Amino acid sequence: MTALTAAGLAGARVKGQPEPGGRPVGRRRATRFIESGWGWAFILPTAIGLGVFYIVPAFTTIWFSFSSWGAFGGHEFTGLDNYRHLVTDPDIGYALVNTLLYTLMLLCGIPLAIYLAALINREKLKGKGVFRTLYFLPVVTMPAAIAMVWRLIYNGQFGVLNYALSLVGIQGPFWLQDPRWALLSIGVIGVWSSLGYNMILFSAGLQAIPKELYEVAMIDGATRGQQFRHLTVPLLSPTIFFVTILTIINGFQVFDLIFLMAGRSNPAIDRVQTLVWLFYQDGFYSHNMGYGSVIAVLIFLLTAVFTAIQFSVQRKWVNYV
Amino acid sequence: MSDTRSRGARGARPRSGTVHIKQHNGPAYAILILGSAVMVFPLVWQVIVSLESTEESRSFPPVFWPAHPSLAAYTAVFEQLPIARQLLTSTLITVARTAGQLVFCSLAGYAFARLRFPGRNLMFGLFLSVLMVPGACFLIPQYQIIQSLHLVDTWQGVALPGLFSAFGTFLMRQFFAGLPRELEEAARLDGAGTIRTFAQIMLPLARPGLVALTILTVLWSWNDMLWPLIVTTGQSKMPISASLATLQGEHMTNYPLMMAGAVIAMLPMIVLFMVLQRQFIAGIAFQGTKG
Repeated sequence: MTALTAAGLAGARVKGQPEPGGRPVGRRRATRFIESGWGWAFILPTAIGLGVFYIVPAFTTIWFSFSSWGAFGGHEFTGLDNYRHLVTDPDIGYALVNTLLYTLMLLCGIPLAIYLAALINREKLKGKGVFRTLYFLPVVTMPAAIAMVWRLIYNGQFGVLNYALSLVGIQGPFWLQDPRWALLSIGVIGVWSSLGYNMILFSAGLQAIPKELYEVAMIDGATRGQQFRHLTVPLLSPTIFFVTILTIINGFQVFDLIFLMAGRSNPAIDRVQTLVWLFYQDGFYSHNMGYGSVIAVLIFLLTAVFTAIQFSVQRKWVNYV
Repeated sequence: MSDTRSRGARGARPRSGTVHIKQHNGPAYAILILGSAVMVFPLVWQVIVSLESTEESRSFPPVFWPAHPSLAAYTAVFEQLPIARQLLTSTLITVARTAGQLVFCSLAGYAFARLRFPGRNLMFGLFLSVLMVPGACFLIPQYQIIQSLHLVDTWQGVALPGLFSAFGTFLMRQFFAGLPRELEEAARLDGAGTIRTFAQIMLPLARPGLVALTILTVLWSWNDMLWPLIVTTGQSKMPISASLATLQGEHMTNYPLMMAGAVIAMLPMIVLFMVLQRQFIAGIAFQGTKG
């Protein structure tokens, strides 16, 4: 009896009504059986879709990573060849470092998002809605479209950025072609386009903090900075944790901006190519799907390791109230 | 009733008038306004350049407002690119993915939240594990499936894998799990079967969840670039995102033309956001609190 759900129980009673003399246990079992059928029927389309397009492909990719592809299809098992190539490929080294650096830049956007969300959430601030809209706008923009204007802004010859710098007497570089600046320039766009999204998440987190806590802190004479450090940040830590995980996962998968901002012929390509960009180049542009698969496996391992680290250290700093 | 969670945070906040909090918001305004300017500038700049002549767009110092603002670049985009067709392709892909996810994810989400069946936890775990795997790990086999179905260079090929979503299933499960059980039980007592209970009682209650899923799917699908780039090769078969991506190099010198194309590509999402702001924000906030 205790094992039954309320819904199951209700269903059993309904079933029981037409023939009150029957054995309840048998009918309950029949209801359960019917519910099981519906349960499977409801998940079936998704189970098939995810199975065919995601779950099986994930394993196929692992299988492919041990094989080599001819230019015109047909592949053969080559054991650990791809993996051997992977560890000696200098491009992979560059891509790994660039991916980590890019992710680090995105992570630097998190404190900024918290700060701005806290500003917008101030009690008497007017125009919250307008600010929220303006900060969120970049989130809805299409990367392929917005990259065009960013390329123009970053243009070394007639870009607006270098014009602004020239006003204060600085000769700006060719941002996207200079190995020292290219990745940083793209990282700025990454922060720009995710800031509004993170601000919404932090705003929701901030609104869940009881206002009385701040009143008490105020009476105790805590400054705004102290309130922020000792009240806001600890109480916001579950959201910070969530956003951090999300940011790392997104950062490790960066492709669009790299593809759009730096072409294959970019002189600084070593310093901006990322793992997914290499995956695309090798897997689809060069049709070396075996090697592409090995890069995919590497991206998976990297994500898994970093997510695992995050979850294992979260106990030390995340407060679940 | 169903969106108590998303509204509750704001509604439940007690407004205490006993303690007077003195705040100086001057610096806050200054920072927020400056920040807004930085956030919006690229979008405004894009529109301005699209109205300029080619010479103006390449001059230094930059021309901040064209001498003769012109929509010539917009008409040129329609003449030089199959952009109307690309917009249609993007729309078809987005509608198909959204419809697919709404149906399949809400069905599966409801089953995981409310129905009891053997293997439920195992299947849910399996679905969730898909969320842990980066997209790159699916793409090569997905491409081969699309190839074997002869769907390369078609909008159906682009749309197909995105009809199903582990994320959407998870989102809908969380939403259904948060709904009150009473109405559902009452419906069952009245003799409603599983399908009727789901379609007539639970689905209407889950509207905010469905809206959130729709917004997130539409946004992702419209802006999605890597997968369409893999599946389509001809300009006339591409959705607008893939087309703009491949054009970056070729026509890059004609800035007004490029900017006009970009503005056209972004406009639908910006309008959608402007109209459904509250739902956008609630959808993302829901993801943060319950996802």
